[in-house]
Amino acid sequence: MTDTLLAVFYRDLVLSRRIGGGGSLAIIFFLGLVTIVPFAIGPDLNLLSRIGPAILWLGAFLATLLGLDRLFQADHEDGSLDQMLLSPAPLELVVLVKCLAHWCVTGLPLVILSPLFGLMLALNGPTLGGVTASLLVGTPALTFLGAIGAALTVTLRRGGLLLSILVVPLAVPVMIFSVSAASAAASGTVSFLTPFLILCALGLASFALAPIAAAAALRGAGE
Amino acid sequence: MSHTQFCHLLVADLWVVRGGRTVLRSVSLQLDAGQLGEVTGSNGVGKSTLLRVIAGFLPPASGYASWNELGAKDPAPLAERVHYVGHLDGLKSALTARENLQFGLTLSGRARLPPREALDRVELAHVVDLPVGYLSAGQRRRVALARLLVADRPLWLLDEPLTALDRAARVMLMGIVADHLGRGGLVLAATHESLGLPGALELRLEAQ
Repeated sequence: MTDTLLAVFYRDLVLSRRIGGGGSLAIIFFLGLVTIVPFAIGPDLNLLSRIGPAILWLGAFLATLLGLDRLFQADHEDGSLDQMLLSPAPLELVVLVKCLAHWCVTGLPLVILSPLFGLMLALNGPTLGGVTASLLVGTPALTFLGAIGAALTVTLRRGGLLLSILVVPLAVPVMIFSVSAASAAASGTVSFLTPFLILCALGLASFALAPIAAAAALRGAGE
Repeated sequence: MSHTQFCHLLVADLWVVRGGRTVLRSVSLQLDAGQLGEVTGSNGVGKSTLLRVIAGFLPPASGYASWNELGAKDPAPLAERVHYVGHLDGLKSALTARENLQFGLTLSGRARLPPREALDRVELAHVVDLPVGYLSAGQRRRVALARLLVADRPLWLLDEPLTALDRAARVMLMGIVADHLGRGGLVLAATHESLGLPGALELRLEAQ
């Protein structure tokens, strides 16, 4: 079974590299968003550094949503999903592995590049560290929560918009605690660890529960 | 390696309702080792639905499809004994034929032929390392059929297997099916044209 899951992981990485689009597109979108904000609100460095963490997080959230609609849809359209249903490996674990592969392609590059992009928003060292740490823990949670939406909209041809509507409410707690963790790291007056640990808990809960929900939605998708 | 001689597929009093419409009404079927079943009937009568219910993709409203292996202490669920080749070929256009088959093998378990030999058997040895996206409809179909040979599963569910195949490929498919039956396998095919093998069991579905 481990072989099967590794094969799914490897296949998704190879596919995203050969087809392109997904990962690099999300990064360019993220970069575009972060670049345009200083132009939109003007060259006020204090204001920028205050709202910087929130901007980075919004950018990462939208960039994550961008690629999610194809997470299961591509496999549904060409019949690969049927083959996965016939595998002895539980669908829940297959979903989990697909989410991890998707995060490695879209989420991880965002996390790695966020300190660089943070410089453009006049963030100082501790804030950059806080934002990056919160993105590292928070973006997998967004991917897992998004997988529920992706599984529910798998049969819809233009499911992307509905997916966003479904996922936004689920993502609110992640958003609140990640931005407060980043702000805490910036101000230094409030403990960074408290919101960060709650964010970790949210990440672990979505890691454990979202694949079950998404797999149930995929099983029902045939009806 | 041949399959156990004592396995059979049992479909008992199967009712299927989709979108509020009864698609299948009390379908029963028994297929023994080495037997070919052909599901026939006009368009929209529920042939594909029957195969998808047996594969476990759709739930029946009542009745059941079960897999029995006499002598097996811990019989595997039906889904793990099934190869399904449907209208969608389940191939990734960006991957080569070999990679697609290798993935199919890892997903199904129980290796039989290496991908290279399976492609040889469907006369596609020359496109082994070509991305499937470059292949014609008939060639893609053949790659999908080669998956049957790569992983060893006793029950083959084939939905319109002859679609897009040329005359030579049809003969080749008949040979593959006959081999599988000879090894004690089971084949259930939804088809408009008979595969032309002797001893086939016909299940004719009537419009409701």
